[in-house]
This record gives sequence, structure tokens and C-alpha cells, in this order.
Amino acid sequence: MFIGALGCEPLQLARVNLENSTSLDVYRRNGGYEALRKALGMSPDDVIAEVKKSALRGRGGAGFPTGMKWGFVPKDSQKPKYVVCNADESEPGSFKDRYLMERDPHMLIEGMLIAAHALGSKTCYIYTRGEYRYLIEIMDRALVEARNANLVGEKILGTDFACEVHTHTGAGAYICGEETALLNSLEGLRGHPRMKPPFPAVAGLYSCPTVVNNVETLTAVPDIIKMGGEAYQKLGTEKSGGTKLWSVSGHVNRPGVYELPMGYDDMEKFIMEDCQGITKNRKLKAVIPGGSSVYIMPASDILGKDVKMDYEGLVAAGSMVGSGGFIVMDETVDIFESTKNLTEFYKHESCGWCTPCREGTDWLVKVFKRIAKGEGQPEDAQLLLDLCDNIEGKSFCPLGDAAAWPIQSAIKKFPEDFKRHLAPLVEAREAIAAD
Amino acid sequence: MSSERPIQSPGNQFTPNNPLPQEAKLPNEIATFSPEVIAEMDAHIAKYPVRRSAILPLMFIVQRERGGYLDPPGVAFLADKLGVRITDIWEVATFYSMINTEPVGKYHLQVCRTLSCKILGADKITEHCTQKLGIKPGETTEDGMFSLSEVECLGSCGTAPMMQIGFDYYENLTTEKVDGLLERCRGGGMSNGVR
Repeated sequence: MFIGALGCEPLQLARVNLENSTSLDVYRRNGGYEALRKALGMSPDDVIAEVKKSALRGRGGAGFPTGMKWGFVPKDSQKPKYVVCNADESEPGSFKDRYLMERDPHMLIEGMLIAAHALGSKTCYIYTRGEYRYLIEIMDRALVEARNANLVGEKILGTDFACEVHTHTGAGAYICGEETALLNSLEGLRGHPRMKPPFPAVAGLYSCPTVVNNVETLTAVPDIIKMGGEAYQKLGTEKSGGTKLWSVSGHVNRPGVYELPMGYDDMEKFIMEDCQGITKNRKLKAVIPGGSSVYIMPASDILGKDVKMDYEGLVAAGSMVGSGGFIVMDETVDIFESTKNLTEFYKHESCGWCTPCREGTDWLVKVFKRIAKGEGQPEDAQLLLDLCDNIEGKSFCPLGDAAAWPIQSAIKKFPEDFKRHLAPLVEAREAIAAD
Repeated sequence: MSSERPIQSPGNQFTPNNPLPQEAKLPNEIATFSPEVIAEMDAHIAKYPVRRSAILPLMFIVQRERGGYLDPPGVAFLADKLGVRITDIWEVATFYSMINTEPVGKYHLQVCRTLSCKILGADKITEHCTQKLGIKPGETTEDGMFSLSEVECLGSCGTAPMMQIGFDYYENLTTEKVDGLLERCRGGGMSNGVR
């Protein structure tokens, strides 16, 4: 598997391929914790201003501007403030956070400490999905090293800044990647999402002001402070600053984690040259560019279409950046089957809190299973769309939307793959009638 | 600290003025653990201003110490340790897929079934396990050696297909590799990945 940068100097992947890259020693020899030193010499407001200038957008999937999120935390609040890292990476197709933590844990610690300084927080939690136990062990070892080197705890780097960083384990629930569900889980409850507002910035963990950021977002912060927000933004585009990690999987010759500048030109070149093309010389059929929740793109929307890989470019091309989980499918894949697979995922992961999502995803799977058994009716495509319509925008949190979008786009873009499954029963009936 | 907890949080029903009802704390049997294990639990509890936050890390420890799953005496212990009701423990335990409320085999094979693994042959891996072990997903072998599960995306899409045994990842799987793993499990030469 490939891990590296293309079209730019590696930032977040600068150290991942070094020997002993998890050690504090290697991290420091390669400029580690210098950004923290610089940030501690700046006022919290100046740190937030740099992050705003960087045009960094949340890398967990929603793409919300990070500097703005930080700016929502009330400065005059007497309550403790928390920085929580969302390392509950569970979006099918996404695996970038895993390698960031596996290979460069100190980069995450440094990013969290800078965020804690900017927000006036003394406690940080890294909420890692339970399956990633080995990453929690890597983070714990890195935290011991950092504590011994006076980088975590009291009087960090000889200043008055004090901050603790703790790891926390999830236990297998995709919904805990939703930030308010994550906070409930961190409080020891079922991972149900909370009503917003109040937003976590005002009332989050233990009802205190809290910022929840993705691993990739927080690990971008040290470089932003080091090079300045403006320089970081210029690496990408005006509205999407910096670089982005893409987790590439499926039918490509070279899967991996690719760091690309925002606005990378273009998706066809990326698949055919950078990822070394489709396996077994087959044809490209479809790409899900941003993790399972985003709209599926047929090859005809990619090849020769000069699709720029950033937030605006992908929206223009009919999909989204999401978490950057880039799943490539060749001509042998049946899009009905692939969509059924993802729908089963959402049914399993629906937390059960709200009716549209709990019941809707269940019904979707029932219809998919019936069609797969050869009992599809011609009107079932419309039935699926009607079910999606009753979920999308009507569920308590975005999980419902995420379940509906892949189906809506798959039926729209690949009607033939659905029709093929919906015909057999009709044909059988016609055959019986003709008999 | 707990008196400052949010109003909306259901974990906040028992404050010093409204203590836990005694009968809710008294099951037939409460699990006991060695001082080392208790110290491990206390280290987790110390991370949080609210004890209940340690519920998931502690469940994993109880599960590890009680033969792979959360049994009623283990649940009673957790309720007592965290100062919550027994139903609060069950409520959380039944939400998370990694918390077992039924016994599982010594080696828990969890094959990823989601899209990237699926299009690269996850079904073949599962079928191969079924054939070799004589159990379907969701079942445990009679000798209690193996359990087989199909699980959702484990973040290993670039190295698909894959499975997790306990907490350990086995990636870029082929049926030959699976044979090798099963052999090592049977020979006892392999960790079951539980820790």
C-alpha cells in the first residue's frame, strides 16, 4: 500500500515513512513541537486567526471551517473547556486517520495541544474507535513520552500552559463519529446524537464548551502555525486551504493514502496514473470519492471531465469530498449489489434514536433483499426512492441522509443495474401468462 | 462534579441528594478482580471528572477477565464500581457491537463485509471460514475455540479483504492465508488478540 504525497511537499505525511516515526526523538528531529513552542508565544486569538486564514475545513466529512468552529467557543465561560479528537474513523472507504496515528502520533498530540492553548482548554480526549485498539496503545506510549519530556502536563515547555491529553476507547458504533453522539459516548451513555443547538462549542462534553475535531484536522494545525495560515491556504484553493488525504481502495493497482493539494487536477489522472490504473486492465465503472455516504460518480462523469479534487470541484462534478474515502469500482461491479451492501451497513449502524432512520433503513434493506431474491417489482426502484425521501432531511442526525444519498445517486446514475434486477419476476409472469 | 452535570443527560439522575436505590445495587453475585486489574480500572476512571465516562474501557476489562463477555456478575460489579444502576450498564452494553453479552469463542474471527472488502473478495473469506470451521457467521464452534462474525468497515480498505481476531488486524487476506491463521490458532501458537 502506498502512503505519500503527490503534487505537493508532504505535510501531514512528511514523517510517516521514516524509521521509528512514532518516537518523540524522530518527531523532534524533524521539527516536531516547534509549532507548539511558536503557538505558546502567540495569544490564543492570534492562533485562531491563523487557523481562520488557513481556510482549513474539517476533514471528518462535513467540511466546516475549523477556525470558525474554534471561534464559537465562548471566551468568558467560567466552565472548563474541552478539546476532543474524533478518531472514530468508521466511514466505509476511509482509513487515513488510522495511518496518521499509527505512524505519527506526536503530530496529533501537538495539534491538540495547540488547539487547547487557542481555546483555553486544560483537558483533551482522543476518542478512538474500539477496533483501533493498537492505535490507542501507540497513542498511550507517545503520551508517556510526551509527559516525560514536559510536553503534556504542567508547565509545558517551561511556560504556564498546562494541559492533559487522554485516550478513550469506543466500542463499535459508526454513529459515534457524529460529534454529539461521540460526546454522549464519552460521557458513558449510548451513542445517540443530541439536539443541536446548543452546539458543542457552547455545551458539549459535561455541558461544557467543547471543540470536536477530526484527526486529520488537528494534525494539520502544527503546519499551519509553522508556515502561517496564509501560506497553508495557498497550497490549496481559496475556499479549501492546504492539502487533503485521500484513502484509496477498491480496484486500483496502487491503493493507499495519498496527500494531494486541494484542487488537485484532475481525478482521471489521479486514478489512471497516480493510482496506476484499474486492476486487470479492466474498465472504470464508478467511484465513490468521499466515503460511502456521498453520491456515486459514474466513469462518464470522471473521464475527460477534468474533475478538480476539492470541496467545490467535487460538488460541481455531482459528489462531495466527505472524508476522502475514495472507493474505485471496475466494470465487474453490480451497482445494485454495491448499494445493497452499503444500505445494510447503514441499517446496522442506525442508532435507533429516530424513527425515519431506524425504520427507514430497515425497510430499505428489506426491499433490497427481496429484489436480490429475484422478487423485484418494476416499481421497486420508485419504492426505494420514496423510502429515501422519507428519510432524507427528516432524520435526527445526518446518518439518515448518508443512507439515502448513495441509493438516490445509484438509481439515477446506474438505472440499468437496477432494472436488470427488477425485470426477472415480470419476465417470469409473462412467460407463465403466455404458456 | 456530578452535581454540575447537564440536565439533559440521563446519566445524571442520582446526585448526592438523590442517591442510588440500595435494591438496585444488590444482585445475587458480584464479580471480583485482582488488585492489579482494579488498579487498571482506577487508572481509567482517573481520566474523567465523571466516573461513568469510564464505562466502555471498564467493560472491555471485565469482558477480558470474565471469559470474553459481560456476564451478570461482571455487570453488577460495574454498576457498583461506577455508581450507576445495573440497567444503566445493560443499556450501554447492548448498544455497542464490541461488547459481548453472550459467550464468544476463544478466537473471534471478525471478517469485514463492507464495500471495499466486499468487492475484493470478503464473501470468499467468510465462506472459506464457514467451510473450514463448520459454523456460519454468528455461530461458535462446539469446542468453544472459534466464533465467526461478519462486521462492518474496520478501516482497512486499502489492504482488503481483512479480518480482525480479537483486536489484531490480518490484512490482504487470501484463502491460503486464512488456512495458515486457523492452523496457528489450533496449534495454540497465536494470540487471540484479546487485551
